Amino acid sequence: MITLSHYIVLGAILFCIAVAGLFINRKNVIVLLMAIELMLLAVNTNFVAFSRFFGDVGGQVFVFFILTVAAAESAIGLAILVLLFRNRSTINVAEIDSMKG
Amino acid sequence: MNTDLLQLICFYLFAAVAVIGALMVITVKNSVHAVLSLVLTFFSMACVWLLAEAEFLAVALVVVYVGAVMVLFLFVVMMLDIKQEVVREGFIRYLPVGIVVAVVMLVEMLAMIGVKAMHAHTLGPNPAGNSNVAWLGQALYTDFLLPFEIAALILTVGIVAAVALTLRQRVGVRHQTASQQVEVQATDRVRVIKVATEQMASVSPAPAPVVDPTQENAK
Amino acid sequence: MSLSLSILLTIALAPLVGAILAGLFGKLIGRAGAHTATILGVAIACGLSFYVLYQLVWGGAQNFNQDVYTWFEIGRFHASVGFMIDRLTAMMMVVVTFVSLLVHLYTIGYMAEDPSYQRFFSYISLFTFSMLMLVMSNNFMQLFFGWEAVGLVSYLLIGFWYKRPTAIFANLKAFLVNRVGDFGFLLGISAILYFMGTLDYQTAFDHAPELVGKTLQITQNHAWDAATVIGILLFIGAMGKSAQVPLHVWLPDSMEGPTPISALIHAATMVTAGIFMVARMSPIFELTDAALSFILVIGATTALFTGLIGIVQNDIKRVIAYSTLSQLGYMTVALGVSAYSGAVFHLMTHAFFKALLFLGAGSVIMGMHHEQDMRYMGGLRKYMPVTWITMWIGSLALAGTPFFAGFYSKDAIIEAVGESHRWGAGYAYFCVLGGVFVTSLYSFRLLYMTFHGKERFTIEHKAHGHGHDAHDDDDHHGTPGVLEHAPHESPWVVTVPLILLAIPSIVIGGLTVGPMLFGDWFGKAIHVNEANDVLAELGHEFHGALAAGLHGFAQPPFWIAFAGFAVATYIYLFNVALAGKIKNALKPVYELLDHKYWIDELYFAVFAKGGVKLGEGLSKVGDTAIIDGAIVNGSANLVQRIAGGVRRLQSGFLFHYVFAMILGLILLLGGYWLIGQ
Repeated sequence: MITLSHYIVLGAILFCIAVAGLFINRKNVIVLLMAIELMLLAVNTNFVAFSRFFGDVGGQVFVFFILTVAAAESAIGLAILVLLFRNRSTINVAEIDSMKG
Repeated sequence: MNTDLLQLICFYLFAAVAVIGALMVITVKNSVHAVLSLVLTFFSMACVWLLAEAEFLAVALVVVYVGAVMVLFLFVVMMLDIKQEVVREGFIRYLPVGIVVAVVMLVEMLAMIGVKAMHAHTLGPNPAGNSNVAWLGQALYTDFLLPFEIAALILTVGIVAAVALTLRQRVGVRHQTASQQVEVQATDRVRVIKVATEQMASVSPAPAPVVDPTQENAK
Repeated sequence: MSLSLSILLTIALAPLVGAILAGLFGKLIGRAGAHTATILGVAIACGLSFYVLYQLVWGGAQNFNQDVYTWFEIGRFHASVGFMIDRLTAMMMVVVTFVSLLVHLYTIGYMAEDPSYQRFFSYISLFTFSMLMLVMSNNFMQLFFGWEAVGLVSYLLIGFWYKRPTAIFANLKAFLVNRVGDFGFLLGISAILYFMGTLDYQTAFDHAPELVGKTLQITQNHAWDAATVIGILLFIGAMGKSAQVPLHVWLPDSMEGPTPISALIHAATMVTAGIFMVARMSPIFELTDAALSFILVIGATTALFTGLIGIVQNDIKRVIAYSTLSQLGYMTVALGVSAYSGAVFHLMTHAFFKALLFLGAGSVIMGMHHEQDMRYMGGLRKYMPVTWITMWIGSLALAGTPFFAGFYSKDAIIEAVGESHRWGAGYAYFCVLGGVFVTSLYSFRLLYMTFHGKERFTIEHKAHGHGHDAHDDDDHHGTPGVLEHAPHESPWVVTVPLILLAIPSIVIGGLTVGPMLFGDWFGKAIHVNEANDVLAELGHEFHGALAAGLHGFAQPPFWIAFAGFAVATYIYLFNVALAGKIKNALKPVYELLDHKYWIDELYFAVFAKGGVKLGEGLSKVGDTAIIDGAIVNGSANLVQRIAGGVRRLQSGFLFHYVFAMILGLILLLGGYWLIGQ
C-alpha cells in the first residue's frame, strides 16, 4: 500500500540530492540548472501527493503552473547561459563574479 | 497478486530509478550523460505520479520536460564547447560537504514531517473519479482561468526573452531584403536627365552614373 | 485729550527710516544725504517728543497705553508691540532724542574725515530707534527687544573702527559681559511670566501685590521669595546694561568707539536703560526689601570704587568713562533706597552734563589731532576757549556745585541715602559721600591737566602735509606729545552742541527739581511704598530750588566736593611734582587702582581662560572624541567595518548565495523541529 509518506520521503530525498548537487558542482552551470529542475520535481511530487491525499485539485493546478514557469525559466536560463558562454567563453561559475561587493 | 502490493513494488522500483538517476545527474563527468540521467529521473517520476493517479501531469511532465526542456538542455550542452576538467575541478573537495549538508537536511526534513505518523495515511480514493484530465481541466478553466492566462503570457515572455537574449546582429554580413526588392519602382532605378546639346562639354560636368541605393543594398 | 498714536509711531519710526536710508542707500544719497536724512529723522522725533512731554505736563493729556501691533501669539501668551507713554517715558524720550540730535549734529564735525560716515549715521539713528522702542514699550517683550537692540548697536559702534584689534576686543567684551546681565534679565522676565502670566506692564503691575508670599523653590532647602528673585534677576540685567560692579568692566573699554557714541550710548542713554528699567518696575521692586538692599550695596560699591580708578587714569575719555560708572552707581543707590524719581532725575541731569563732557573730550581729541593722553595736553584753554568753558560747566555740574544741575540730583540722592533705614544704607552713605570727594578730584584733575598748566606737547611742522586724515588709524602720529599742527578750536557743528548741552547742564536741575523730586510729577509711573518714601521726608525741608542751592553751601557734600577741588587744584595746578611723589608714596594703592582692582585680570584668568579651557576640553572630548570620533566617524567606521566584513560574504559567486540559502533552510528546519519537540 503506497502511503503519503512514501511520496513525501521520495520528494525529500530528491530535494536533498539536488542540494548536494548544488554543493559539489560549483563550477558547472548546466548541472546547477539541472539540480534546480530536480528540486522543482521534488516539490511537484509533494504537491501531487498532497493533492491526491486531500482530494484538492489546487495542488495539481499548482504543479501545472510550476511546470509552466519552470519551462520558461529554463528557457531563459539557458539563453543567458548561451549569452554568457558567447561573451566569456566559459560556464565556470567561479569566474562569474561581477556581483562581488 | 494483490494490487496494492504490486503498486508498492512499482513505486519502489520507479523511486529507486529516479533516485539513482538523480544521483547520476549530479555526479557524472559528462554533461550529456547528466542530461540523459535527468531525463531518466523525470521519466521515473512521471511513472510515480501515474501511481498517484495524476495522469495528466505525468504525461505533461514527459511531454514538456523530457520532450522540450531536456532537449533544449541537450542542445545547449552540445553547442557549447565545455572543458570538462575545468568544470569538474573541486568536485572531490566539496563532495563531503555536499553529502553532509544533504544528509543533515534529509534527517531534519524527515524528522519534521514525522514520517512514522504519516505512514498511517493511505492516499484514499481518487477524488478525480474516472478522469483526471476532466477534473483538472474543470478547475483550470473556471477557478484558475486568470492564472492560466497569465501562465500563457509568461511563456510568451519567456520565448521572447530567450530569443531576444540570444539574438545577435552580426556585422559584415550581407542580407537580401525581400520587401525592398519587391517594392522597388522604375523611377528608383533610372533617372532621365536633359542635356543641352550645344553646351560646351568642358563647362558641364558629365552626369555621374546613377546608382540606386536599394540595388546597392541588395547585392 | 489724549495722545495720538500716529505721533508716537512717528517718534519711534522716524529715526528708523533715517537709519535705513543712511544704512542701505548710503552710497546713493552720499554723505550729505546720510546726515540730512538721519538728522531730519531724529529732529522730528525730538520735536514730537517735546510736544508729547508738553501735552502730558501742561496739555493735560492722559497717559497713553495701547497695543499697536500683535507680534505673535503662542497659546495664551500674547506678545505685542505697544506704547506706554507717561511722564517718565516722555522725559526719557526727550532726553534720548535731544542728546541724540546734538550728537548727530556733532558727528558731522567729528566724523568728517571718516570713510564710513554713512554707516556711522545709520548706526546712531538705529540706536535712537532702539532706545525709543525700549523706553516707549508697554510690555516686557518689547522692552527686551529694545534692550537687545541697543546692545547690538552698542556692539557695532564700539567696534566701529573694526580694523583696530583693541576695538574688536572691546566690543566682544562688551557683548559678552552684557550677555551675562541679559541672561539674568531674561530669567527675570520669564519669572514674571511664570508668576503673573502676562508680560504687559500694566497688568503685571496691577497684579504685583499678589506676588507677596509666593515662593520659588530654587535650592533644595530654602524657598525664595518670588518678588526678591524677580527683582534681583531683573537688576542683574540692569547691572549688565548700566555697568554696575562686577559687570562694569565693559564700559571703560567701550571708549574704543568714536567719541560721539561714547557720549550718546555709553554715557547719556543706553547705560541708563537699566536705571530706567528699575524705575519703571518700581511696583515690583517695592515688594522686596532684600532686592533693594542688594541694589543699594552694588550701586554704592560702584559709585565709590570705580570713581577711585578714575583718579589714576590718563586717557581723557577713560576718566570720563569711570566717572560715568561712578554716576551710574549713584543712580543705582537712589534706586536702592526707593528714591526712584531721584535716580531718574539724576539720570536726566547726568545725561546732559555727561554728554557735554564726552563731546567736549571729543572736541579736545579733535583739537589735539587724536591724542587722548592727558599727559601730553595742558594749557589748551587758549587754543579752544569754547570747549574749555563748556567743559568747566560740565565738570562743575558733575562735581555737584550748588545751582548746577548735578547739585540738585546728587544732593537729593545723598540725603535720601542718609534718610533711609534700609539694610546697607550706612555703607552706601559712606560710599556716596566718599564718591563726592573722588568725583570732584578727578573732574578738576581732568580740567587742569587738559586746559591749564604748561603745554606738555610740542608742535613740529612736518614736510608731508596730509595732516589728520584717517580716523580709523589711531597711531598716525609717531611720538606721543608731538603734534604736526597747533591745537585748534573745533568747527561750529561741534561747539554748538556743546553750548546747547551746557545750558541744560546749568539750569535743568534747578528748574525741575521741585516737581520731579518732591512733587507728584511722575504720578503713577513710579510707585513708592509709604514707609519707604525717603524723598517725601526730604520734601518737607524743601523750599524751592534757590533756597536748596543756598542751603547746599552749608551741607557736608559741598565741603567734601570743595576739598576734592582744593586738593586737585593744589596738586595739578600749583605743585605738579607732588602728584608723582604721592604716586610713589602710595605705590600699592596706585597699583591697585591702575589695575582696576585686577578685576579684568581676574575675569581673564577665571572666565576667559576657564571658558577657553572648558571650550578646549569640550572640543577635544566632546567634539573631537565623542561627536567626531565616536558618533560621526565612529558610525561611519562601524558601517565601513561591518560592510567590509559583510562584503566578504558578497563574493559574487552564485553558489555562495545558494549555500547561504540552504544553510538558512537547514537552520530553519532545525529550529522548527526543535520547537516542535
